[in-house]
Amino acid sequence: MHELAVCQEMLSLVSRIAAERGATRIDRIVVIIGPLSGVEIPLLQRAFSVARAGTPAANAALEPEICGVRVRCRKCGATSGASVSNLTCGRCGNWRVDVQQGDEMLLKTVELSGMADGAGQQAVATQSPTVH
Amino acid sequence: MCETCGCTITPGNKHLVSATGTLRHTADGKATVDVLTGLLHENNHQAAHNRDHFDRHDVLAINLMSSPGSGKTSLLEATIRAISPGLRIAVIEGDLETENDAERIRAEGVPAVQITTGQACHLDAHMVHDALHELKLDDLDILFIENVGNLVCPASFDLGHHVNVALLSVTEGDDKPAKYPVLFRTADLVLLSKCDLLDVLDDFDPTAAVQHVRSLGNGADVLPLSARRADTLRPWLTWLESTLAAMRAGEKLRPRMQTASLALHGTEATA
Repeated sequence: MHELAVCQEMLSLVSRIAAERGATRIDRIVVIIGPLSGVEIPLLQRAFSVARAGTPAANAALEPEICGVRVRCRKCGATSGASVSNLTCGRCGNWRVDVQQGDEMLLKTVELSGMADGAGQQAVATQSPTVH
Repeated sequence: MCETCGCTITPGNKHLVSATGTLRHTADGKATVDVLTGLLHENNHQAAHNRDHFDRHDVLAINLMSSPGSGKTSLLEATIRAISPGLRIAVIEGDLETENDAERIRAEGVPAVQITTGQACHLDAHMVHDALHELKLDDLDILFIENVGNLVCPASFDLGHHVNVALLSVTEGDDKPAKYPVLFRTADLVLLSKCDLLDVLDDFDPTAAVQHVRSLGNGADVLPLSARRADTLRPWLTWLESTLAAMRAGEKLRPRMQTASLALHGTEATA
């Protein structure tokens, strides 16, 4: 049940983003979770309902976007869908593939409120990049 | 920073990445911040810090993962006895409770730090960092981090190590990699442990185990061995020595999953 640990890290991250933007409330958190990330979405939701208490996200909705698994074959070049336990090329069966999609564990967007007038626009101008 | 944060931006989602992140306003005065960063940002940041420590001290850090009871500690005991005496080793032991495993390692004359996680099912980069305070990295060549016995949770947490080694004992079934794909996909090396028992087991096929690892798109070496038979350890010891030598020769060692991530980021940076 490492989803609770994932949730706690996520809450720490979104709380920091809210503070940097001058917001007091987090209303909505959108995450992208791939099947290869090792995170189970129902467990993440359950952990979130517990972990969010006492944070700016106490009343926030957590919305996971699920993506499928796709691999690109190094031999034949085909891109195909794959399953978590079988990542071989869907066309030629080769196992030498690169995962193109499916291992995401990303924070996509955070919806904030409780900001002072104009604070948001000011934050855009002064915020350093947060993409890593 | 992408190089070490271990985030998972792929060609499938990188069109979502904006160089600066953006903030939009909705009609009701709410603001939406587009972020797209790894959910484990803080852990990954700490892991990068740990890895930097290991790199600067030229210490090879190995994350040892398996299910409980597959023989991680026994393998470490046997490895300490068999490895070249010139190599200086230390072990960080992760368990929910007890100092038992660290005491077993100390009995072999090697420094060991026990992390007891309470109810936590995995080690994270912060726990490893705290444990590092009890070790003198200048006096080490190889640091083994024995993760909590668990084939699920440890796969998601970067510790700052250089390589992932997964143990699969032959009593567990050769299809374990298919059942726990997320973890076995991360392995840079798979060890089939307790191979002395193959003589009495008719339901474990090492070739099938290799095939299951390959089905995860993983070309890692799969080495059979037994902690009870020193003669079976040679390929594993050679792997350790050559991996350490590669690192000392200047090769920048990273877990295979991070190398893949870095390759994608490199593409991203020049786009």
